[in-house]
Amino acid sequence: MSNPRLSELALDGLWKNNPALVQVLGLCPLLAISNTTINALGLAIATLVTLLVSNGVVSLIRDWVRAEVRLPVYVMVIASVVTIIELTMNAHFHELYNTLGIFIPLIVTNCIIIARAEGFASRHGVGVSLFDGFVMGMGFGLVLVVLGAMRELIGFGTLLDGADQLFGPVAVDWGVRVLPEQMTFLLALMPPGAFIGLALLVAFKQAVDQRSARRARAAKAARSAEPAAEAAG
Amino acid sequence: MKFPVQTSPHVEAPSSVADVMTVVLWALVPGTVAAVWLLGWGVLFNVALAVGAAWLAEALMLWLRARPFKPALTDRSVLITGWILALCLPNLAPWWLPVVGAVFAVVVAKQLYGGIGYNLFNPAMVGYVVLLVSFPEAMTRWGAPVEGGAASLALAEAAQWTFLGVLPGATAFDALSQATPLDQWRMVVTQGGDITGASIWQGGAWSVWLNLAFLAGGAWMLYRGAIRWHIPVAMIAGVLLTAGLLWGIDPERFADPLFHLVGGGVIFGALFVATDPVTASTTPRGRLVFGFGIGVLAVLIRSFGNYPDGVAFAILLMNLAVPLIDYYTQPPVFGRKGRSGTRTEGR
Repeated sequence: MSNPRLSELALDGLWKNNPALVQVLGLCPLLAISNTTINALGLAIATLVTLLVSNGVVSLIRDWVRAEVRLPVYVMVIASVVTIIELTMNAHFHELYNTLGIFIPLIVTNCIIIARAEGFASRHGVGVSLFDGFVMGMGFGLVLVVLGAMRELIGFGTLLDGADQLFGPVAVDWGVRVLPEQMTFLLALMPPGAFIGLALLVAFKQAVDQRSARRARAAKAARSAEPAAEAAG
Repeated sequence: MKFPVQTSPHVEAPSSVADVMTVVLWALVPGTVAAVWLLGWGVLFNVALAVGAAWLAEALMLWLRARPFKPALTDRSVLITGWILALCLPNLAPWWLPVVGAVFAVVVAKQLYGGIGYNLFNPAMVGYVVLLVSFPEAMTRWGAPVEGGAASLALAEAAQWTFLGVLPGATAFDALSQATPLDQWRMVVTQGGDITGASIWQGGAWSVWLNLAFLAGGAWMLYRGAIRWHIPVAMIAGVLLTAGLLWGIDPERFADPLFHLVGGGVIFGALFVATDPVTASTTPRGRLVFGFGIGVLAVLIRSFGNYPDGVAFAILLMNLAVPLIDYYTQPPVFGRKGRSGTRTEGR
């Protein structure tokens, strides 16, 4: 199979085929962990690394895995990667590890990872597979972080609170209070807030797409009208 | 002059949404007057703010959705949403509470689902529950309807409190506020107390008067045909049966059925909220199931849940069950034996 262009891959992962906004995969961590920016960022990085490594490994072994057993093999690869990440986080980011809890091991069941392994890495070379894992992970992670920031801002009135869990003691006072405590809206932190926030993001993407499609149509119409006008003139 | 002769069936002209809603609006008046009398001017501010915010939110959403303004803004349904929400709110609420609730109710629970007729959940109850889970402190600001309580605040003083959060002179907020009967019951039980002797009714007689006023409005709605008897009767039966059962098991922990009936929002919910024509079940048998389910759930949530009153949650939960209830309670098509409907067609 011929390799797709990298720019197309990047556009796919980040926008056109965004795993969170368009494929709507990996909802469980997306909705459960996006209550603060730092939690979201932690999980985003963990997912990104998992995607990167699993895509690379699956692409490497793609010629030796028989089609009949490919899925169990992929799942084992992903599970090993996640276990490594889990142990690493437990050792170096213990507090964050405790906050994220079950959702780190649950990365194994994130559909995005198996979908990229099966749909992309098993059919493409190592280089593009790594790149695909990176952009897909970024696409998912960006939505996760934006949603996390939105919910933290509305629900707690802060941003980047608890940054030291991820960045160490340097970041103790990175957290800023944007809204006074009386102005927070607890609903944003609860499951309904997650659903409403994600729905708003999906709606935003649709609105941007529709707008650019309208513009493109208008530009095309203008281009096709010009020569006609010249011929008439 | 012509007298056209028509063959049967003689169909009555259906009343318009606006007609029904006008009846409901008038029916809300006695309860609202009683609430203002007992609980002070704060109630009136709540109603004005919630109704105003709901109406503006509806207009804004219609504009965003590029829908015609006139039918939705003149059918008065949005006024009812705001009004019902306002009557659920504490009488010493700050001004933004009814506004936030009404905007959420109309924007998210009504217009995002497609406007009147399409909403799955009762908008007023969605607004109320959102406020209840989001602003637990503000939602407990109930002023006591006693001597020197919230009702004693003059209009200007009450306005000062609602809009600026300032109380006159030496009055402390705690002097104005008091636990509602349901809160009282919850407090006694969680402290391990026994409610048989201790009066959970203490200072709660006002809720009886309030409920009687709502009952009068409801009776008028029934008389005018704006609602039917099935849902209120079934819901009250559900409350009485469940409460009676629990009370029979352990009268020290569970309140008696009468307390459940008038201690909170059962009467109001049964007459004004559960009967919402959009979100309630539409078949006669379905309405009985729907109402009964709300009654049972409301008592269970009150007795075992985390929030003092369960009527709003119960209504939302049963709203969720309405498609299923309607599906199984379809009356048979005329001329056919047994039950039939969309299910058996095409077989």
